[in-house]
Amino acid sequence: MTKLKHFLITLSLFLINLPLWAQAQQRFPKPEFETGYVQPPTTTPDPRALFLEYLDVFVLIAALAIVSWLALKKRSRSGIFWMSVFSLLYFGFYREGCICSIGAIQNVALAIADPTYVLPLSALLFFIIPLAVALFFGRTFCAGVCPLGAIQDLVAFRPIELPKWLQKVLGLIPYLYLALAILYVVTKSDFIICRYDPFVGIFRFDAEFQMLLLGGLFLLVGVFVARPYCRFFCPYGVLLGWMSTFSKKHLTITPSACIQCKLCANSCPFGAIEEPTPAGSNRKQDVKRFMVYLLFIPLWIGLGGLSGSMLHVPLSKMNKTVYLANELVENPELINDQEHIDVVTFMQSGKSMDELVIEAKQIQSQFYWGGWIMGAFMGLVIGLTLVKLSSHRSRQDYETDKTNCLSCGRCMDYCPVKVNDKMLIMSKK
Amino acid sequence: MSNKEKNKSNRREFIQKGMRLSLGLSIAGVAGISALRVNADDYVWQLDPFKCVSCGRCADHCVVSPSAVKCVHAYALCGYCDLCGGYLKPNANELSTAAENQLCPTAAIKRKFVEEPYFEYEIIEDLCFGCAKCVAGCTAFGNGSLHLQVRHNLCVNCNECSIARVCPADAFERVPASQPYLIKGDFTAGDDHA
Repeated sequence: MTKLKHFLITLSLFLINLPLWAQAQQRFPKPEFETGYVQPPTTTPDPRALFLEYLDVFVLIAALAIVSWLALKKRSRSGIFWMSVFSLLYFGFYREGCICSIGAIQNVALAIADPTYVLPLSALLFFIIPLAVALFFGRTFCAGVCPLGAIQDLVAFRPIELPKWLQKVLGLIPYLYLALAILYVVTKSDFIICRYDPFVGIFRFDAEFQMLLLGGLFLLVGVFVARPYCRFFCPYGVLLGWMSTFSKKHLTITPSACIQCKLCANSCPFGAIEEPTPAGSNRKQDVKRFMVYLLFIPLWIGLGGLSGSMLHVPLSKMNKTVYLANELVENPELINDQEHIDVVTFMQSGKSMDELVIEAKQIQSQFYWGGWIMGAFMGLVIGLTLVKLSSHRSRQDYETDKTNCLSCGRCMDYCPVKVNDKMLIMSKK
Repeated sequence: MSNKEKNKSNRREFIQKGMRLSLGLSIAGVAGISALRVNADDYVWQLDPFKCVSCGRCADHCVVSPSAVKCVHAYALCGYCDLCGGYLKPNANELSTAAENQLCPTAAIKRKFVEEPYFEYEIIEDLCFGCAKCVAGCTAFGNGSLHLQVRHNLCVNCNECSIARVCPADAFERVPASQPYLIKGDFTAGDDHA
C-alpha cells in the first residue's frame, strides 16, 4: 500500500514538473559562434514614469482648487471656461482620457470586492478627491476639471429646454449605469464605463468606428441638449450629485439679493435652476401624499429587486465564461470546430466541461444576487424621486438645484446684480 | 423671522449637517477599505508568453492601431536556425528571404546571416502588428524564442485592457510598472512573477 502511495506521489511530482522540464529543454540548443557574434539584447522600453502619474494627481488637485475659487469667490464664468479648456487639453488630449474619475469608480469597486486586486494609489485619489471637494464646494469638478464635461460644454451652442418630466426620467439612467457598472466589475466581467466612454476615441484620434460615431453623436446632440452625457449617463455624476446636495458651500447665482429677473433661469442650459414657488395652499393634502409615496418605497424596492434578479440570465451573458459555457451547452458540436478560437483554447486548457459549467453557474448566481441588489437600488431611487417630486418646498428666489447644478457659472455671469449694487438694493427696499 | 420659521430652518440645517457628516464618513470609509489594497507603484498590462496561444486577437483588439502588442525576440533562447519556423512559411520553396517564403504578412522579421549555418532574426517593430503568426510557427517548430509582449512605449494603459477582455487564454495580467515585461528566458513558466 505504502509502495503504491510512494509511486503515485513520485509520478504526480514528475507530471507536475514535466512542463518545466520540457521548457528547459531547447529543441535547438543555442549555437556556439566562432566569428565573435554578439547577441543583441531584447529591448524593453519603459512605461510612463511613476512621478508623472502623481503629477496628474497634483494637476487634479490644483485644477479643483482653482475652479472652486473661481466659482465661489471670484465668480468668474470666463475663468471657469478657460480652466475647462485647460483640463480638456491636459486630461483629454494629453492624457488621452485615461486616468479619469468616472472610470476610477470601477477600480475602487473591484478593490473592495476582490482581495487580490491591487489598486493604484493614483486611481483611488482620482476617485476620492473630487467627491470630497464636492462635499464642500459643489460639483466644481464637472464645471472645469472633467475633460468629458469640457468637450461637451464647448459645443453647447443652441441648448433647448427639455420638459421637466423628461429630465427626471432620463435622469434615472445614470443610477442604472452606475449599478450596472458596479455589477459587472464585481462579477469580474467587464469595465463598461471605460468600454463605452464616448469621448475617449476623440481624445486619442483613434478608436473603433462605432465608438467614434457614438462620440460624434453625443457631440451633435450636445449642440441642442447641453452636456447629454453628464446629465443623463455619467455614473460619477450620481455620486457627485449626492455630495453636492449636502455641500457645505455652493455657488450662488446672485452675489447679494435676487431681483427675480429670471435671466439666470434662461441662461442655464441644464435646467438646474429652480424657480420661486409660493407656499403650498393645501399643506394637509401635501403631507398625506408625501406619506403615501414614502410608504410605497418598500414596494418599489421589492419590485425592482425582483425584476433585477429576473434579468440575471441575459445580464450574465456579458461574462465570457458564462458566454462560452452557454455556447457549448447549446451547440455541443462546436467542440470540434477548429475555427472557434475560444473553444479550441478551452479544449487545450484541459479543463472539463463540467468544471466550466460549474464555474459559469457560480458566476450566474453572483449575477442573481447582484441583480437583486441592483434592482432594489433602482427601486429605492425611483421611490425617492417620486417622494421628492411630491414634496412641496416654497422658495422666494431663484436658486440652484444643488444636485444637478454643474457649477459652470453661466448664471452668475447673467445675473445683473453685482456686488456693488448691494447698497442700491438695500436703499430701494 | 417667526419662531416657526426659525425652527424649520434649524431643522433643515440639522438634516443638512447630518447628511454631510454621514456622506463624509462614507467617503472616508470607502477610502479606508480600498486603501488596504493600495499600492503606490503603478500597474501596467502585460501578457504571459507561456499562457499565450497565439490566436492573433492582439492584432485586432487593441485600442491603439496598430496594436501595442508586438513580437519580441528572446535571443538567448533562439537556435539561430536556417530553417526557421517563425520566419518561413511551412511550405516555403527555399530557405531564402524571398517575399513568397516569408510567414510574416508585413515582412517585419529581418533575417541576417551570422555564420554558417546560423541566421539572426530581428523584429522590425514599426512593421509588426502583433498577429502572432511567427509566434505560432516558432513555438510549434522551434524553441519559442519569438513571443508577444505589450510594448510600454505604445501601450496607453487602459483601465481594462481591451485585448485582455477577449484573450481566450487569460494570458493578460497587471504587473508592477517597475517590472513591466515578462520576456521569455528571464522567467520560466510557473514562475511566481506577480
